[in-house]
Amino acid sequence: MNYSFQFGDVFAAWPLLLKGTLNTIELSLLAMLLGLMLAIVCAWGKTAGPRPLRWVINAYIELIRNTPFLVQLFFFFFALPALGLRWSAYAAALVAMVVNLGAYATEIIRAGIESIPKGQIEAGLALNLKRHEIFRFVILKPALRTVYPALTSQFILLMLSSAVVSAISADDLTSVAANLQSQTFRSFEIYIVVAAIYLLLALSFSALFRVIYRLALNYPAGR
Amino acid sequence: MRTFGFSEFLFILEAAKWTVALSMIAFVGGAIGGLIIALSRTSNNNVARLLSGAFIQVFQGTPLLLQLFLVFFGAPVLGLEVNPWVAAGVALILNSSAFLGEIWRGCIQAIPSGQWEAAQALSLPYVSRMRDVILPQAFKIALAPTVGYMVQIIKGTSLAAIIGFVEITRSGQIINNATFQPLIVFSVVAAIYFVLCWPLSLLAARMERRHAAALAR
Repeated sequence: MNYSFQFGDVFAAWPLLLKGTLNTIELSLLAMLLGLMLAIVCAWGKTAGPRPLRWVINAYIELIRNTPFLVQLFFFFFALPALGLRWSAYAAALVAMVVNLGAYATEIIRAGIESIPKGQIEAGLALNLKRHEIFRFVILKPALRTVYPALTSQFILLMLSSAVVSAISADDLTSVAANLQSQTFRSFEIYIVVAAIYLLLALSFSALFRVIYRLALNYPAGR
Repeated sequence: MRTFGFSEFLFILEAAKWTVALSMIAFVGGAIGGLIIALSRTSNNNVARLLSGAFIQVFQGTPLLLQLFLVFFGAPVLGLEVNPWVAAGVALILNSSAFLGEIWRGCIQAIPSGQWEAAQALSLPYVSRMRDVILPQAFKIALAPTVGYMVQIIKGTSLAAIIGFVEITRSGQIINNATFQPLIVFSVVAAIYFVLCWPLSLLAARMERRHAAALAR
């Protein structure tokens, strides 16, 4: 191997890499938040909604889970504007991520909701809680706690798959890397550094999720 | 300008065979790598456990796209010819080794410790303990998640389009550039993936239900 590694160009471009990293973080956090909200609504619809609504939600989940994220992204970025909807690469990327995460997270949260014993819901009714209070405190919170590990690893998978949005130049970390690559031709060095940043992001997100668990969901539960 | 007709549809459909071929390569290679990773993760050897743990952390903690780029742009560094086939194949094999390895580690560790102890009490050597006692039982548990993971592999091959490997997604892009009918083109592309993946998803769900029912009995 007679290749001399030159990281100089890569580190000289640190402001760009930092900006790309922040964009990836922002995109991921927004998608996690909105995707979680979408998933909670869909999981409610799937477990308690009327039959036609359940059917629609099922179709949405199967459609998203059985097609690649890249194709979904192309659909939102290229196909929808053909119908007259004009939006930026960033908006298309965010919507594609939310829609994608929503489908996976719905199935995860539904599994959590179905694990809630009936007696617990009846106890809520007996305490004269309102329907939305029962859903929020008696069903959703324990359900989220049960599926928390699966849900957060799905979040991290989403953050990692956000690299794909560079295919439409959505200004994320991988887009920055691709631009740098075409300017400096130090492709290998750039992608090593960027892969290391993603690894760091994945570790930081899982640390963040552990803190959130301790703050919001770590209460004693009887078994 | 071309419009989207039957021959364009056939062009995309024909590319499906490259998606399937690449998926097969990734699955077979990933299965071999995954078995090695799973066995290392469950072994008594500290070095093997540490190395396989690091391998999993790196490949599950970085985007598949970046792994693809690193292999694609890293091959010339090592003085090898760049070829989208090899780059996509190697990256997908490494990635699926990590994921399958972690899935199968769970399955191996799910085998009750009594089975391990019984095999040890019979003084079976490691190879026989694994081959005749642990792995056949772990295989039964692993079947459903493994079929489920095949769907992930098929979807993952779409990223090879970004380095110029002509499979379903790339051929869709090519047709889209010629016809400017993205709505129909990407709907067709999505539909072909759906036809490939959905049966596997249904099969995986069915296996899981049957396995759960067998456990409940």
